[in-house]
Amino acid sequence: MDAAVAVQGLTKHYGDLVAVGGVDFTVHAGEAFGFLGPNGAGKSTTIKMLCTLVEPTAGTAQVAGFDVVRQRDAVRRNIGLVFQDPTLDQYLTADQNLRMHAELYGVRRSALDERMSLVLDMVDLSDRRKSLVSTFSGGMKRRLEIARGLLHSPKVLFLDEPTVGLDPQTRSSIWRYIHDLREREDVTIFLTTHYMDEAENCDRIAIMDRGRIVVMDTPESLKAGVGKDRVQISTDDDQAAIISLQEKFGQSATMSEGLVTFAVANGEQFVPRLFADLGVPIRSVNVARPTLDDVFMSHTGSTIRDAEESGQNQWMRMVAQRRR
Amino acid sequence: MAVTEVQLPSLAVPGFGLRHNLRAIRVVWQREMIRFGRDRLRVITSLIQPVLFLFVLGSGLSTITTGSIGNLNLRTFMFPGALSMAVLFTAMFSAASIVWDREFGFLREMLVAPISRASIVIGKCLGGATTASLQGLLILLMAGLVGVPYSFSLFFTVLAELMLFAFTLTAFGVMTAARIEQFQAYMALNQMLLMPLFFLSGALFPLRGLPGWLHVLTRIDPLTYAVDPVRRAVFAHLDVPAATDRLLNPGVTWGSWRVPTGVELLIVAGMGIGMLMIAIWEFRKAD
Ligand SMILES: Nc1ncnc2c1ncn2[C@@H]1O[C@H](COP(=O)(O)OP(=O)(O)O)[C@@H](O)[C@H]1O
Ligand SMILES: [Mg+2]
Repeated sequence: MDAAVAVQGLTKHYGDLVAVGGVDFTVHAGEAFGFLGPNGAGKSTTIKMLCTLVEPTAGTAQVAGFDVVRQRDAVRRNIGLVFQDPTLDQYLTADQNLRMHAELYGVRRSALDERMSLVLDMVDLSDRRKSLVSTFSGGMKRRLEIARGLLHSPKVLFLDEPTVGLDPQTRSSIWRYIHDLREREDVTIFLTTHYMDEAENCDRIAIMDRGRIVVMDTPESLKAGVGKDRVQISTDDDQAAIISLQEKFGQSATMSEGLVTFAVANGEQFVPRLFADLGVPIRSVNVARPTLDDVFMSHTGSTIRDAEESGQNQWMRMVAQRRR
Repeated sequence: MAVTEVQLPSLAVPGFGLRHNLRAIRVVWQREMIRFGRDRLRVITSLIQPVLFLFVLGSGLSTITTGSIGNLNLRTFMFPGALSMAVLFTAMFSAASIVWDREFGFLREMLVAPISRASIVIGKCLGGATTASLQGLLILLMAGLVGVPYSFSLFFTVLAELMLFAFTLTAFGVMTAARIEQFQAYMALNQMLLMPLFFLSGALFPLRGLPGWLHVLTRIDPLTYAVDPVRRAVFAHLDVPAATDRLLNPGVTWGSWRVPTGVELLIVAGMGIGMLMIAIWEFRKAD
């Protein structure tokens, strides 16, 4: 089996709303593949179709070699899942949650104890295994869910926004666990995120916007493909600088984070010309290699934050649902 | 960092047939038991209503019935009603856990597992039936307090009937809960259904000599066929004059035919299985 996940023209409509508008991609065995996109892009819906929870309107998909519509049970047996919203039983202990999962997935009892210790160790929860889940912090719950998703040795582990709602420190520790488990287990990882910086942790990413994949490649190639560096300057007169950039260099600059910002090929070589010809005193210059933010920008024409803003209503709705 | 290569044996049981689904049913049932065991408060609160019913309402009303029902205490008559009440309320409340699980996410963990939807529904029904039977058992143990003799045969007959009854009611609860997304909505629906079902079931008054419309409604109420067998079993172990028995234990009649206990139990069992099927079907349909 070479492809852990193979998807052809996968589509999901909710009434008139096109949640996922025909996506094609392949995830290779052993890869860490990420879906990156703003809220409402259709990431969760794609995952739900791959996990057999939602039936596609059109298109086909195979996970671990099985068709997600015709071979539902076979798919389910071979995947692990960590949803965006928690699915632990808060009134049970960590141990009880894992045992329950093992029963539901038919894990052999003789192997269970060892396996449980292993996955709990992996997420540093061994000392809390007898505690009720309701006493866990958000980060601990997420870690327990990851451990549970791995318990039955799935071929593909799906993680939907594994770090959403967690503080930066916990986020980075979750990533450490994910890297760790890639080294220890023979598992393919499919994850979604709307954090640009986190997507860098993947071998390959697909950038999704409004139900479509706009571009898909390794993070390095994507950034190289932008071909331009981001230049940010602060000047004595920012408005004059923007006009001057337009007139003298043909650069359309904008104000971003309080700085005059524009993109240009070979930024370092551009800076000397800028000092020579801008005509407005420059106080500071910052040249940055393209980030995934710039990749998103160059393919969709807006930053991921702007895209989220326009999808603000959806976001609010989602928050409301999560709070319920 | 040193890479530790852990060679894992394949952990999954090869066949995912009946045995696996039985395992799943058991674990779903077990979870209900663990949660019931943790929830002492619920055990107590579900006892309050039937106890109030039996000792407050029963004692209060008996002041006006003294004499008219022979030497029998009204509480004795109401005992089967109190048993049904305990089972009814607990069963419906247990079924609410499906809605609860949906709201708090755990249902999804079960829905994506490689088990049949039927296992989830059956496990839930058995779990609810067990808790409801246990509540019924607690009331049953009070038999002596209301003049019902402690007898082995009575005890086991009634307990078996309560278990059947508990299963059917949980299936009913699960069936109604299958498509409901919010706990509040389920509770509101329950409030609407429980009282009419209970009032019309013969738990409160004997089902004879009623006005025509009421007579018809009591015969339609499925609970009627669950309460009557319990009452018959209790009365069979009482020493009451024939006239009192005719008055308070008239059974359920269709026209002039008194429906035998066996048929009543079959009706209850049939309904239970029917509603279980509908619940399973609803879960299969819903994504
Ligand atoms: N069950 C549903 N019914 C109707 N619309 C839905 C449903 N689930 C998702 N959507 C809509 O589909 C779109 C994609 O949602 P989702 O896949 O959750 O996005 P993401 O995970 O990328 O934030 C959103 O506009 C969302 O409102
Ligand atoms: Mg999502």
